[in-house]
Parts: sequence; C-alpha cells; structure tokens
Amino acid sequence: MIYWQLFWSFLQIGLFSIGGGYAAMPLIQAQVVERYAWLSMNEFVDLITIAEMTPGPIAVNSATFVGLRIAGFGGAVIATVGCITPSLLLVSLLSYVYRRYKDLRVLQSVLSSLRPAVVALIASAGLSILLKVLFNGQAMALSSVDWVGAGLFAAALAVLRRFKWNPILVMALCGAAGLVIGVLMG
Amino acid sequence: MERSPGKRKPLAKLFFTMLYISAFTFGGGFVIITFMKRKFVDEFHWIDEQEMLDMTALAQSSPGAIAVNAAILVGYHVAGFAGMVAAVLGTIIPPVAILSLISLGYSAFASNRYVALTLRGMQAGVAAVILDVVCSLGANVLKTKSPVHLTVMVAAFLATFCFGVNVVYIILAAGLVGVVLAMYHRKREGTEE
Repeated sequence: MIYWQLFWSFLQIGLFSIGGGYAAMPLIQAQVVERYAWLSMNEFVDLITIAEMTPGPIAVNSATFVGLRIAGFGGAVIATVGCITPSLLLVSLLSYVYRRYKDLRVLQSVLSSLRPAVVALIASAGLSILLKVLFNGQAMALSSVDWVGAGLFAAALAVLRRFKWNPILVMALCGAAGLVIGVLMG
Repeated sequence: MERSPGKRKPLAKLFFTMLYISAFTFGGGFVIITFMKRKFVDEFHWIDEQEMLDMTALAQSSPGAIAVNAAILVGYHVAGFAGMVAAVLGTIIPPVAILSLISLGYSAFASNRYVALTLRGMQAGVAAVILDVVCSLGANVLKTKSPVHLTVMVAAFLATFCFGVNVVYIILAAGLVGVVLAMYHRKREGTEE
C-alpha cells in the first residue's frame, strides 16, 4: 500500500514537472508535504538544500530520500522508478512525433504557455521556503522574525544577483555563517 | 583515435560515461547536457551536433528530469533499447546512491546542534538561490510582452500561493491555454490565405 502511494506520487511528480530543474519542486512539496505529510516543511527544505548540494535531478534525489525514509530501500527504488516512468514512455513518444513532423506548433505553443505558469509555481515554492526561513513555522509577526536567517538570505541574494556567485558556494558559505553565528550567540 | 576503431562495447562505455557525468555534475539539467555534448559529440563522435540540439529541445519539452530525458534519447540513439537502459541506469545510480547514504545519516545528524545550525544557514541560502532563479526566469517572461503569458503567470501565482489550488490543475490549465492559442493562430493563418 505504501509502495503504491510512493510510486503513484512520484509518477505524478515526473509526469507534471515540465521544464526541468526547479519545476519538480512545487510538485514535490504538494505531494510529499501537503498531501501525505511524509516530510515536515523543515525536512522538505533540508531535502531541497541537500538536493542542491549533490549531483542529480531534484526529482530523483527526492524520490530516493523520501522513499528510503518512508519504506526503506525498496521504497527508494519504487519512488525512483515512479518518477522516471513518465519520461521513459513520453520521451520515446515525443521523439517519434518529432521525427515524423519536425515542426511542432501545438507543442511549442503549449510549452510557451506552460513556462510562465511554471515560473509562478517555482516562485510560490521559493516564497514558502523563504517564509520558513524567516519565521521558522511560527506566526508571521515582526517579533518572531529570525534575523540571522533574514540577514543571510538578503546577503546571499545580493551576491547572487549582483556578482553572479556560484550557488553551491553561496549555500556553503551560508551554512558556515549560520554555524558560526549560532555558536557565538550560544 | 588511439585505440582500435569501431564499435567496441558501446554499452559499457555508454553506461560508464553517463555514470561519470552524472556523479560529477552539479547544477541541473542544462549543465549535464553540456557535458553529454562534449563526450558524445566532440569526443566519441556518436552523435552529430544538430542531432544533439534536437535531443536537447526534446529533453526540455518532455515531462520529467532533463538529465533523465537526455539520457533516454542519447542512449536509444546510440544503442537502441539496451542503450537507453544503460544510459538511464548510469544517470540515476549516482544520485540514488548518494541520497541513500545521506538519508540514512540524516535522522542521526539533523538532531545534532551544529548540523542543525549549518542546515538552517543553508536554508537561507537555498531560498536566495531559488528566488534568484525566479527573478531571471520571470524577467524572461516579462520580455515576451505577451499579455496572455503575463496573465497566466499572475493567475498561476495567485492560484497556488493564495488559494492553494492543486499544482497539477494549474499546469493542465496552462497547457490548455497553449492548445487554444495554437488553434487560434492556425485559424487566423487559414483565413488570411
């Protein structure tokens, strides 16, 4: 039963994440945090952080992480298979269609309309992660702001946008700064 | 080439090349496609440049992880169905292995105070990384100056963030907008002729 739920959840994540990379993130959040509560929001943000720091697609990383925690190694394999099954079927189908017709006006039009929606979904997932960092699950009020997290976020965004620093380096520095500040503040 | 020419074990070579690329590629689908081009087009001459561009377009347009999609296309092109299996396995084994190790350690490590502090700092960083990407992607959408696309973006954001509409419905609705647009353009071209 749990195997079937894992497979079906990650199948949907694989099927509806179009545009790669971050596109899977809002879907993973919807299935894993909101629908089944397999991970808490804190664990989800840790998972995204870990996925960013390690090689491999976010969806495959998440499938392994969630599958293993929920149902052991078998769960990891089943969730991973679930998330690549739509690719296996649809990529071969699309490549056949592409070879046959070359010019895919409808597909291109669908993709160019999907892109703004996917950007909005990623923005929403990004904002919910930011809220988690700023308020750490507490009510949104000025008194509950985590100023260390807010400061690190602002500094990281500044160097990313202005100086185009490497994202992995930025995250590593944020981790180190968080550790040092946390220890100093006791 | 320094070694004997011809097809010497392309399956094993395909598998180990993908394993190598996947294990050392940080930073998402586009980076991995660049590495695949360097190996399969420039070094092995298994695929020509134009085919690689077509495969990139298909990998991006298909659902699922771009790296997995690209592995399916390249593997199938090089050695048929067996090639596809070899390339996909090579692509997913490194992340599955690495995340399995981390997942096993996570429960033990995350309760450690120093690890928790580091992870919290990194969470702030990851929020910045994602919103930085969103700014760049959003700017690209704004540049199209298409009122339909801007409406789709705003509506999708409100629907998911304010009203908690299921992500899948939002994607289906946006895809439907694309189908309607394509039909509209086709009809208009038809009447102009």
